[in-house]
Amino acid sequence: MPMPAKSPARRAKAKSNLSFRGWRRENGRVGVRNHVIILPLDDLSNAASEAVANNIKGTLALPHAYGRLQFGADLDLHFRTLIGTGANPNVAAVIVIGIEDGWTKRVVDGIAKTGKPVVGFGIEGHGDIATIAKASHKAKDFLQWASELEREECDIAELWVSTKCGESDTTTGLASCPTVGNMYDKLIPKGIYGCFGETSEITGAEHIAKSRAINAKIGDKWMRTFAAYQSEVIEAHKVDDLSESQPTKGNIAGGLTTIEEKALGNLEKIGRKCRYIEVLAPAETPNAGPGLYYMDTSSAAAECVTLMAAGGYAVHTFPTGQGNIIGNPIVPVIKISGNPKTVRTMPEHIDVDVSGILRRELTLETAGDALIEMVVRTANGRLTAAETLGHREFVMTKLYRSA
Amino acid sequence: MATKHRRKSSDKGKSVPSPHFLVHSPKDNVGVIVVENLSAGTDMVGVITETDKTIKLVAKESIPIGHKVALKALKAGDTVIKYGEDIGKMIADVGTGKHVHVLNLKTKRW
Repeated sequence: MPMPAKSPARRAKAKSNLSFRGWRRENGRVGVRNHVIILPLDDLSNAASEAVANNIKGTLALPHAYGRLQFGADLDLHFRTLIGTGANPNVAAVIVIGIEDGWTKRVVDGIAKTGKPVVGFGIEGHGDIATIAKASHKAKDFLQWASELEREECDIAELWVSTKCGESDTTTGLASCPTVGNMYDKLIPKGIYGCFGETSEITGAEHIAKSRAINAKIGDKWMRTFAAYQSEVIEAHKVDDLSESQPTKGNIAGGLTTIEEKALGNLEKIGRKCRYIEVLAPAETPNAGPGLYYMDTSSAAAECVTLMAAGGYAVHTFPTGQGNIIGNPIVPVIKISGNPKTVRTMPEHIDVDVSGILRRELTLETAGDALIEMVVRTANGRLTAAETLGHREFVMTKLYRSA
Repeated sequence: MATKHRRKSSDKGKSVPSPHFLVHSPKDNVGVIVVENLSAGTDMVGVITETDKTIKLVAKESIPIGHKVALKALKAGDTVIKYGEDIGKMIADVGTGKHVHVLNLKTKRW
């Protein structure tokens, strides 16, 4: 594969006003992919959804494991995740399939607020085969309609870029996480929306996270979110020091020993200058204008990226040390690694190699520019490693057992 | 295939040999090995990234890439500092140049 002729970093810098070509949706948001998705309301509707996607080539089914007998905050989160996924600007149109009409309509109505084409089908009273036939006709119409939509030139400020790291090691704290931080320090002032999360993974660095809030009120809100995760999730269920879970077995193999060490490396992703302006619930859409947001998420990669995508983020930047291979069905996930062994042994998974930082050949400034260039190229349509390899991990966050 | 990004040509004059280990902050008492196949007895060169200061240290055992090395002798109960911050406590003694990991360092949380 040919390398880019010019240094990507230099090209990114040469433009005073960064722009990309994306699809402007009915509600004004800009997407960088143009998916027609077949979205199951519940686990029971996966089979019909996958059958429709198999019939209509180019549509994308998003099977998942839940949606039955959930209640309270857990059910709210389920709906918020499904509606947010359908509403994401990387999605042109949506077919929702559910076991019955009522909750199916709830998802359809939520997505319809964006103005994009969306229609729902309930299976009960019709069976899978008739439902698949009806939904396939509609999916074909949507796909052909979407295929004629054109990209337009958009300012970088219209891009929403989230971040989360995975299979971290000590190189993520030295190289790939600060590269993302450098990107945010440069792009947040240009008016983009950013997002970081991973609530359990700030344990040991919470004093730093709190101090990075825009003001004391938001800092206190962050601390309440952090404390709730500690008491309701970690302390309520832990049986040991979580070693091999948080840090993971892979983290430990990579040289990370404690959660405190992992957390300090994790927080390198928010750079030196930017401050977060609001604390979002899982899958909540940002509501305070451009800037960096905190989202309350688990630190499991697929769960976290799914929630951020449901919040409306269109591109994800993902530092990895040991080589987490995650992708997402609707959001391109850009992998950044500073571990020379990972870059050498699993190169097909890495989009941006910043291992030069460890050799002191590459400055953080240059690495940040290279990532910005890759974000723009990805927004313009370059497929990420995860997209080419078919990584489409769509994973609901479940707050507690179903009724 | 990953796109490789090299240091800009204007930076080349400042180039120094690649370090064996990096240290985040001058306050740290551990560093991170950043080369593969490091063997015991290697005369190592390290860089404190915050200050660009170069330091020297002998590796007292082979330590994998990404794993930590003690910059000074650490005793059980000592706090380990990395990023200039507390990352946990020692549960066994280690000498300078030795491997610091799960056998001798433990979280203070959870």
